Amino acid sequence: MNWPHKDLLDVSQLSREDVDVVMRTAASFREINARPVKKVPTLKGKSVVLFFAEPSTRTKTSFDIAGKRLSADTFGLAKTGSSLQKGETLKDTVRTLEAMNPDAIVMRHASSGAADFVAKRVGCAVINAGDGWHAHPTQALLDLFTLLEVWDTLAGKTVVILGDVAHSRVARSNCRLLPMLGARVRICAPRTLLPKDAQALDAEIFHDPDKALAGADAVMCLRLQLERQEAGLLPDLREYARRFCLTPDRLALANPGAKVLHPGPINRGVEIASDLADAGNSLILDQVSSGVAVRMAILYLHITRKDQGGQA
Amino acid sequence: MTAQALAVTNVRVPGRDDACDLLTADGKVVELSPHDPKADRPDFRRIDGRGLVLMPALTDAHAHMREPGQEWKEDIASGLAAAAAGGFSNIMCMANTDPVNDHGAITRFMLRRAKDAHPHGPRLFPIGALTVGLRGRELAPMAELLEAGCVAFSNDGEPVADTEIFRRAMEYAADLAPVIDHCEDPFMAKGSGANEGAMSARLGLRGQPDAAEAIQVARDILLAEYLNVPVHLAHVSCRRAVELIAAAKKRGAPVTAETCPHYLLMTDAALLGYDTMAKVNPPLRTDADRLALIDALREGVVDILATDHAPHASHEKETPFEDAKNGISGLDTALASLWELVRQGRLTPADIVTRFAWRPAEIFKLPVNRFAPGDPADFLLFDPDDSWVVTPESLRSKGKNTPLLGQPLTGRVVLTVVEGVVVHDLSAPGA
Repeated sequence: MNWPHKDLLDVSQLSREDVDVVMRTAASFREINARPVKKVPTLKGKSVVLFFAEPSTRTKTSFDIAGKRLSADTFGLAKTGSSLQKGETLKDTVRTLEAMNPDAIVMRHASSGAADFVAKRVGCAVINAGDGWHAHPTQALLDLFTLLEVWDTLAGKTVVILGDVAHSRVARSNCRLLPMLGARVRICAPRTLLPKDAQALDAEIFHDPDKALAGADAVMCLRLQLERQEAGLLPDLREYARRFCLTPDRLALANPGAKVLHPGPINRGVEIASDLADAGNSLILDQVSSGVAVRMAILYLHITRKDQGGQA
Repeated sequence: MTAQALAVTNVRVPGRDDACDLLTADGKVVELSPHDPKADRPDFRRIDGRGLVLMPALTDAHAHMREPGQEWKEDIASGLAAAAAGGFSNIMCMANTDPVNDHGAITRFMLRRAKDAHPHGPRLFPIGALTVGLRGRELAPMAELLEAGCVAFSNDGEPVADTEIFRRAMEYAADLAPVIDHCEDPFMAKGSGANEGAMSARLGLRGQPDAAEAIQVARDILLAEYLNVPVHLAHVSCRRAVELIAAAKKRGAPVTAETCPHYLLMTDAALLGYDTMAKVNPPLRTDADRLALIDALREGVVDILATDHAPHASHEKETPFEDAKNGISGLDTALASLWELVRQGRLTPADIVTRFAWRPAEIFKLPVNRFAPGDPADFLLFDPDDSWVVTPESLRSKGKNTPLLGQPLTGRVVLTVVEGVVVHDLSAPGA
C-alpha cells in the first residue's frame, strides 16, 4: 500500500478505501499493544514532534505512546514554554521545527485551519490532532475503529452525537466519517450549541434527546466546556444536565444494547450519568485503547510512505 | 509638471453611442464632443483613445491609508500611488490611524504628506473620527476637523455601540459633514471574518451573522428618520441590509449606502482552505447576498462603490484564519475586477461611472468631472481588452493582501489624469 496523503488534516480527504487501510493497519498494530513487550522497530530512527499549542493530556499521550511503540523518537512541545508564548508566529515556529528535520509533526492548535496552514508550509507529514472547532480526524477514526470492534459494519446503524456540536471538532469529523461507512448520524443539542445552518454538517438535527435517542444504536456524548455558560450559551450545568445528560432512562429509549462513547475528559453527571460511563455498554475505555492503535497506524502510514516511493 | 492641454481622441465614453474626443486645458474640461477625425489641434497633446474607454476619474469614499502609525502596511505616498494606478482622483481616508485622526493636527499632517508625495494628485480627503480615539464615548472636535480639511466623520472599524452617543454624534455632525457608519452590532459580530452560515459551520469558524450588520443598519435608518439628519452606511454586504435600505429610501429617509467590489464578485466559498486573503469585515456573504447587492447598486438602492482598501503586511495575513487581520487591498484592482460584471452584462460602464465617480462626489461634495466645460480634467483611460495577472509586483499598494493574487484579470487602467496632469501612465518606463 502506498499511502497517497502527505498529511492527515481531516477525514474528508480520505476515500473509503483509505479508511479501510487505516482500520486494517490499526487492527494489526492493536495486537502489539497486548504483548508483554509492546515495541516494534518499524519507525526506528524516525522522529515525531508533538506540537500541542493547546492543552491536551490524553491525545498527546496517546500519540506519544503510539510513536514510541513503533520505536520512533518523540519530542513534545507545548505552548507554555514555547516561543509561541513569546509572540513568535505559527509560521516561524513550525519552520523552525521543520529545520530540525522531523518526519512528522503532530499538532493541535486552537484555530480552525491551523493544521492546513502548517501543512502548506512544511515538507514533512502533518498530523492534525485537533484544530479549533474544525477537525479531529484521529478521534473520528478511533471512534470508528471502536465501533467496528463491536459491530461488523456501520451500515444501517444510527449514531447520536449528543452535546456541544457547535464547538466540537470531534462532532464535525464524525459527521464526515461515519456516514461514509453507511451509518446515519444524528446531532442533538440546544440551538445555542449547534452551528447556525447545522444542516451543512450532513446530519439529522434534534433538539430533544428523547427523540434523538429513539432507535439509536450508539450515543457519543461530547464534552461541555464550562466557558459556554459564561458566553451565555446555556444557563448552568445543572440545567444542561436536566435537558441533555445521558441518563439510564434516556438510554433506555435507544435500541437494546446501544453503545455509549465519549471522547473524554468526562464531566460525570453533566454529559453522562456516572453509572453509565462505567456500565457494560460503555466503550469509553475501548476508545482510549483504540486510539493508540489508530495513531500507530496513522504515524506508520504517513512516515513510511516516502520509503515506499510516494512523493510528498 | 503643469497641466497640459490634452486631446483624447476617438475614445468610447460610457453612455454615449459614438466615439468622442475630449479636450482639456488648464486642468479643466474644454469639451467632450463626437469624434472628429479631421480635427487639427496643434496646441493639444494628442492621446489616441482608440479601443479605450474614457471615464471620469473615480472617487473612493472608503480607504485606509494607515499613515500615521502603521506605515509598514501602507503610507500616504504608496496608497495614493495605488489610487492613481487604479484610476482614482479622490481618496477619502478613514480615521483609524495611530494616533487616530481626531485632531486637526493629524488631518493637516495627512494632507501635507499627500501634497508632498503627490502634489498633482490623486487628492486626499481625510475622514475625521466621530468620537475621540474612536472609543465611542466623547464626540470628536468635528468643527476643528472640518476646518482642517476633513470631509466626513466616521468611527469606521470601531462602530459606536452606545446608541445614545451615536444619536448625539449624528445630530452634532448634521450641520458640519456627513456621518459614515460601519454597521455592525459589536457584541453579535465579535471576532470574525467569516459569514455565519453553512460555510462557517463546516469550517468550524465563528461566524458573523448578517443580522449583526442589518440590526445596525436598521438602527441608523431609524435614527436618520427620527432626527431627520443624513447617514451614510459603509460597506453594505448583505441582502437583509439592502432590503432595509430599499424600504427606507422608499419612505424618503436621508440614507445613502456603499458596497465594495469584493462583495459583488466573491462569496464565502472563497474561505475554503482558510484563505486569509478573503478575510474581510464585514465578511464575504452568500451568492444570494452578492446578487442582491448587484441589483441594489444598479437600481441606486446602494448609492456608491467604495474599495474599503485595507492594506496589511504579509505576516499579518500569513497566519491561521482566526489570527489574520481583516481586509483586502483594493485600490489597484477595483475597476479591473469590476469589469468582469460588465462583461457578464450585470453592470454597464455607465453604472460604474455613476456609482464610482459621480454619486460619491455628490454625497461628499468633492470635485468631479461630468465632462461639462469647466469641470476638473480628472479622467481615466481603461483598456477593456488588456489581460494581466495580479502579482505582488503589479500592485502599487504596499498591501499585497488580495484574493485576486495570481488570478488573471481582463481590463486595466492605462492612464489616470488629475486636473490635466498625468498621474499614472501604464506605458511609461518604470510604470
